Amino acid sequence: MPDMTKSDTATAEPDSVDAATPAPQPAKSEKTRSLWGDAWQDLRRNKIFLISSVLIVLLLLITFFPGWFTSGNPAYGDLSKHYLQKPQLGKVFSTEWLGYDQQGRSVYARLIYGARASIAVGFGTTFAVTIVGGLVGMIAGYFGGIVDSVLSRLVDVFFGIPFLLGTMVTLNSFPERTAWVVIGALSFFGWTQLARVMRGAVITTKQSDYVQAAKALGASTPRILFRHILPNTLAPVIVVATISLGVYIGSEATLSFLGLGLNGVSWGNDISDGGSSIRIAQWIMLYPSIMLTITVLAFIMLGEAVRNALDPKTR
Amino acid sequence: MGRYVARRLLQMIPVFFGTTLLIFLMVYALPGDPVRGLFGDKGGSPQVIAALRHQYGLDQNIFVQYFNYMKGIILHADFGTQIASGRPVTDVLGDAFPVTLRLGGFAFAIEIVLGVGLGVYAGLRAGRAADTAVLLFTLLLISVPVFVLGFILQWIFADELQWLEPNVNDASNYGQLLMPAIVLATASLAYVSRLTRTSIAENMRADYVRTAIAKGLPRRRVVTVHLMRNSMIPVVTYLGTDIGGLLGGAVITEGIFNIQGIGGTIYQSIIRREGTTLVGLVTILVLVYLVASLLVDLLYAVLDPRIRYA
Repeated sequence: MPDMTKSDTATAEPDSVDAATPAPQPAKSEKTRSLWGDAWQDLRRNKIFLISSVLIVLLLLITFFPGWFTSGNPAYGDLSKHYLQKPQLGKVFSTEWLGYDQQGRSVYARLIYGARASIAVGFGTTFAVTIVGGLVGMIAGYFGGIVDSVLSRLVDVFFGIPFLLGTMVTLNSFPERTAWVVIGALSFFGWTQLARVMRGAVITTKQSDYVQAAKALGASTPRILFRHILPNTLAPVIVVATISLGVYIGSEATLSFLGLGLNGVSWGNDISDGGSSIRIAQWIMLYPSIMLTITVLAFIMLGEAVRNALDPKTR
Repeated sequence: MGRYVARRLLQMIPVFFGTTLLIFLMVYALPGDPVRGLFGDKGGSPQVIAALRHQYGLDQNIFVQYFNYMKGIILHADFGTQIASGRPVTDVLGDAFPVTLRLGGFAFAIEIVLGVGLGVYAGLRAGRAADTAVLLFTLLLISVPVFVLGFILQWIFADELQWLEPNVNDASNYGQLLMPAIVLATASLAYVSRLTRTSIAENMRADYVRTAIAKGLPRRRVVTVHLMRNSMIPVVTYLGTDIGGLLGGAVITEGIFNIQGIGGTIYQSIIRREGTTLVGLVTILVLVYLVASLLVDLLYAVLDPRIRYA
């Protein structure tokens, strides 16, 4: 998977965090604003953040309540309305709005119902990857020594296999590809990136005085890890996770394009089908492509905005 | 230096075996059988299937198979036999690899020239309109999935405008490879330009840049010699890991433009569950990745004399 965060993840350094206030705190007064409070003040005024948040909320609504947006059935095909029936852009939100596909199914209805696959895979994979990668990275970074060597080599092993190829091989063994299967395959090869980010963040944090103090006071290892270290490593992890959410949505569509994605309605499947009739009916492919691009863009922009807000250097 | 390289090479050994074992286990332990696949829906007689499985060593314990396979690679550079065609995998690779190498190399060149160029352009104008324009452009490039871009470029430039050939029928013709190479390069190009931009914008404030300007060096020299050299470390890191990514991404690009390269071979061998071909190809990709990351580390010392490998 492309790694756009390599250079700048280190910029959200934990040493900029006020060590006394590790937990997110609402900013009330000027004197003790935490990193998160500062970031929130920054984000509220950031246009890119607002636009991408609105887009993401809209996408979530489409995912959970597709019936609010269309009365059409994505699987219902009427061959008399096959793909030469052009989009009727005047009839906004009707089933004929964006035209019909090769089998006379409404492109608009499929667009709405296809969101579910992308959102489910994106969120599911990001969640799994953050938990697994975060834990491995935390253990490797905190304990160091032989534990770190072994875990780091394990990360190297998984990182060495090209992401797309690994997921393709895995998914090819499953004829029934539900969202869970796709999430599993993407997570199996995706966790390494977060493990590396987390490991780096933990290594810088564990040398802080307050961690040493907690250790000297006899705090247990889990307490040090989760109460003291974790809150100060969250910033880079959240940034990378948000951006990779967009990347996983793109990967799911790519796998669908290769015939190895989710079974059922999904933007990737529709783009792949529409690609073969692009010379006569561009809209079949164009609209799901636009939706997909906007979705990926929304998550990447959100991640960028959060990164800039959490990075004290850019203020 | 020598000791550092030796240590890195030693560290690469477990990673190499780990990665190949992982892909080997995935290919063979997951359900599916290349020999059965040879017969299609009709199915072959159990005796024939058993004989073929024995011939390709598929009836042995999986770790024995892995051991034999690796022994073949290391001792005789023998990557096994492609089951569907009966040809040695090295032959299949010999046909496909040069094509992909040309495509990947072309894409890599585009990625470096355009990516670094755009990044430097934006980085020198950090915070201004040109910078924002480049930022939005690269964000868009990252968000459009490669296969969408491939379809759309093919439709616009080959079908509508008829400037370029829609498919590549002669892989030694760089004119035909131009469109696939651009498609393959786009996402990486965007990352490269963003990394360059961040790095340049950060180093613009460095003391040595101020000194260089103060002592009256021409701007051109400040940018190309002082600024660029110091800003290239994150970019070179990305470029190193991206070589493997380009070869993997070729699966999609080669599919769209009908290029007979390594991507198509990989795709076919995944669909047909051709274990030997697939493991052979991935082994080579892993080797390329490991060597590239070693070279990147050594390049650090060239770019930044403060970094020394004792």
